[in-house]
Amino acid sequence: MALLKTDSDSKTVLDHLHDWVVTVDHKKLGLMYIMYGLLFFVVGGVEASLMRIQLAVPNNHFLPPQVFNELFTLHGTTMVFLVGMPLIFGFANYLVPLMIGARDLAFPRLNAFGFWLSVFGGLLLYFSLIGGMGLSGAGSAPDVGWFAYAPLTARAFSRGHSTDYWTLGVLVGGFGSIVTAANIVTTILCLRCPGMTLSKMPLLAWLNLVMCGMVLIAIGPLTAAQIMLLLDRFLGAHFFDTQAGGSAVLWQHFFWIFGHPEVYILIIPGFAFVSEIIPVFSRKAIFGYPVMVAATMAIAFVSLGVWAHHMFTIGMSATSNTFFAVSTMLVGVPTGIKIFNWIGTMWGGKIRFDTPMLFCLGFLFQFLIAGLTGIMLAVVPFDWQLNDSYFVVAHFHFVLVGGLVFTIFGAIYYWFPKATGRMLSERLGKWHFWLFLIGFHVTFDTMHIPGMLGMPRRIYTYEAGRGWGTLNMICTLGVVFQATGIMFFVGNILWSLFKGRRAGNDPWDAWTLEWTTTSPPPEYNFAELPVVRSRRPLWDLKHPTDPDWKYE
Amino acid sequence: MSTAAETFATEPPAWPALSKGRVGMTCLIIAESTIFTIFVVAYLYYLGKSLSGPMPRQVLELPILNSICLLSSSATITLAGRALRKGNVSRFGFWWLATIVLGGYFLFGTAVEWRHLIYEKGLTIQTDLFGTTFYSLVGLHAFHVIVGLIALLIVMGLTWIGAVKREHAERVEVLALYWHFVDVVWIIVFTVVYIIGR
Repeated sequence: MALLKTDSDSKTVLDHLHDWVVTVDHKKLGLMYIMYGLLFFVVGGVEASLMRIQLAVPNNHFLPPQVFNELFTLHGTTMVFLVGMPLIFGFANYLVPLMIGARDLAFPRLNAFGFWLSVFGGLLLYFSLIGGMGLSGAGSAPDVGWFAYAPLTARAFSRGHSTDYWTLGVLVGGFGSIVTAANIVTTILCLRCPGMTLSKMPLLAWLNLVMCGMVLIAIGPLTAAQIMLLLDRFLGAHFFDTQAGGSAVLWQHFFWIFGHPEVYILIIPGFAFVSEIIPVFSRKAIFGYPVMVAATMAIAFVSLGVWAHHMFTIGMSATSNTFFAVSTMLVGVPTGIKIFNWIGTMWGGKIRFDTPMLFCLGFLFQFLIAGLTGIMLAVVPFDWQLNDSYFVVAHFHFVLVGGLVFTIFGAIYYWFPKATGRMLSERLGKWHFWLFLIGFHVTFDTMHIPGMLGMPRRIYTYEAGRGWGTLNMICTLGVVFQATGIMFFVGNILWSLFKGRRAGNDPWDAWTLEWTTTSPPPEYNFAELPVVRSRRPLWDLKHPTDPDWKYE
Repeated sequence: MSTAAETFATEPPAWPALSKGRVGMTCLIIAESTIFTIFVVAYLYYLGKSLSGPMPRQVLELPILNSICLLSSSATITLAGRALRKGNVSRFGFWWLATIVLGGYFLFGTAVEWRHLIYEKGLTIQTDLFGTTFYSLVGLHAFHVIVGLIALLIVMGLTWIGAVKREHAERVEVLALYWHFVDVVWIIVFTVVYIIGR
């Protein structure tokens, strides 16, 4: 955190700021990605809280309907493109070179370019709040939902420029994701330290390799669809114009060909954090390393063929419905294998319940439930009943909050000492964990029920007497706990940055290469490039008489 | 703790080095391919679905000479790369210039075709679904040709001021990968638009 510290030399704050803006160092860029993601996490959280206040009681007039539409559009777009993507790329940026024994990414300047593209995309989206009025003076923030179905996005139904800012923001951010993914793939394939064959890479590197491969395949369709939408809106093309024979359904296909792999792009880095944290806190090597890699690849492969399960209600043929139902259920198999492997890792281990481990354990249970409701929604008739209801909202928040956000918190508690040289407070961390866990379950366990009672998503209010009122009030009360947990988290970060216990190189007694260097690591990461002989190089170093490479 | 390298080092194995440039460019090509795939799918999906306007067969002519030029530029750029590997910079410059001329002619041919379609046949991107999908798919490809030509021109300029040397052969060949990709996409676009779609 050079920004906040005055070094021995006489650099002013402005000099430090300049260093961060022009940097091409993967660690600084990684931290900037993470800070950018966390900043927008708070913004998206405030948007969600406003919506929950509006929905707490029936016939509420806290927010006008138009603002409610804008809020759920901004919330969804923000959380996926400005929180999820920057956070996973931030961690990949920071950790991958350190864990494979490299000095930086393969293309450091391209890395900075990708980061600033993402920032520009985020600013474009939020600039719509100021500039979205446009010449016709209609609308401000985009209000078409995060998947922006046609023909709602056509010029005729979406006046002004708010939808254009949404399109451009997502498009530019997508370019940033593609170049960063290409950069990380190249780094992993070309810059591993001597001795680190693919089968000796840390699982985090493996999973990020798969994730970036998916980004390369999945972001393109989104980019293409956004270009088509721009052509429709600015040049009068007819891609999604039903009056000229265009197809609104085609947009749904194109969007979800991106959209579903995107879910796995977001969750696979979560799997990666868990695969690094659980072994260290169970004091055992990961159970079933090759199977973990194979399962990840299987998930990536199958996830490219499941997109139309978002579209069961549009009236596809029975063959399509069957194919997508079966392929969706198939994803559960490799995912189940992973969950068993994590449990296998803990089995018989000497488990330490520090905060990073707590978040991973929370993830295990919650992701299992998320997967089970996912299988339920893959059953076509069930989906016909519950599509676009709060059951679906509860399901994907279990995936993204109960899954991804929990693992990201775990990862922050685990690697914060490496990045800053100081430990996060365990006491505040446990407050954060329990408050957030309770809040999460109060909100999202409950949210399944109004969905099953028929409450559709995206309505700004509802009548009394439907039986949804109490349940919605409970959902909103959970937000209070979550928000308090987040305040403990922010407080923990700020306090520990200055007053936290000194971490040393290796506070968790871990086994991967990032813990061999100082905390925080020097700009060049390693004075001399390490040479590894097993998957746990630091174990070999600490136990010269009983090294891993004898058994692998 | 001592540095990692001291303690790990037993015998540093020979480490195969993949070319960063080639891997990076391959990644970019994969991502680009998916973008083109979606445009090709849209083109095929909307074939014959236009509600008005001219039929493809009525207005499109096979751009044979154009295609020959673009495809042969793949050969010339390979010859250029080979010449540079051998250190023959002047021959490299010759083949590189030939590539630019061939690519430039392709772009000129596309411009003539579009002018004909717009001003004489009255087909624009707004006319119907055929116009929409035709101009966007062919235009997306032409845009990639333009980007490629700009990159080729930069290298040409660097060659003329004497900055391109033998050790740059690898980088030049990475750029050539992109150019080959643009050519392969043209084969697909040609097949879809001028053979299947016509």
